[in-house]
Amino acid sequence: MRAAKEVRDDRTVLSIQEDRIDAHNSGELKDLVLKTLEGGAKNVVIDLARVQFIDSSGLGALLSGYKNATLRSSGFALAGLQPRVRSMFELTRLHRVFDIYPSLQLALSA
Amino acid sequence: MGWAVIEMCETFVNLDIVVPSQTRYLRLVGAIAEQLAKELDVQEDTRDTLAFHLNLALTEAVANAIQYSSAAKSTDSVRICFSVDDAYLSVRVFDHGGGFDLAALPSPEFDELRERGRGIFFIRSVMDSVQYHKTDSGNVLEMRKKIA
Repeated sequence: MRAAKEVRDDRTVLSIQEDRIDAHNSGELKDLVLKTLEGGAKNVVIDLARVQFIDSSGLGALLSGYKNATLRSSGFALAGLQPRVRSMFELTRLHRVFDIYPSLQLALSA
Repeated sequence: MGWAVIEMCETFVNLDIVVPSQTRYLRLVGAIAEQLAKELDVQEDTRDTLAFHLNLALTEAVANAIQYSSAAKSTDSVRICFSVDDAYLSVRVFDHGGGFDLAALPSPEFDELRERGRGIFFIRSVMDSVQYHKTDSGNVLEMRKKIA
């Protein structure tokens, strides 16, 4: 899982550098988010702008991140969802669960 | 790598693919499904959605087959057969695991935040029919999509 980590003010941004999240790399995404939270990050923003495709295992990895963040009283937001990616959240109604922003910029100014 | 056989005549396409039972091949299988959809004679405005839906259905189905196979035998392969006629695109995905009962699978409870169990839901959402049965050559998940 290629991803860039950057701390901006009180937020930790994980910018996913993959165009596709599926059962081949979703386990790595789950581990990456967990390690970031274990490292003390308090407000995690996942930038998905580069991701063109996500499957059910990728949604599962993000749900794991959301649950772990909530347990640690950390914020957890998603940004920059492409239309195909957004449709996966809508089909499963997970867009009601996650804090979703159209872009990283909007997530950071929220 | 796997092998592929393609037969094309005016209205029929049969495409058989065999890939190792490893998740690194999901990208390839999804890309083949997407490209096949783009070759079909469907309305321009629905082509991209169809391509995405086939990519998704195949990614989920093959990931399931790999998961079942890996429990049985790690050197296994997954066979995928596409066939297209005038009205339907059908895809069969074979696995050699213990199988499951498609009819007994519950729909995901949307209020429960489980990390697994949405794959078949996605396949059902984007395809017109989904069946799973056992054959002499393994279990087969058969998905159909109306294209005309």
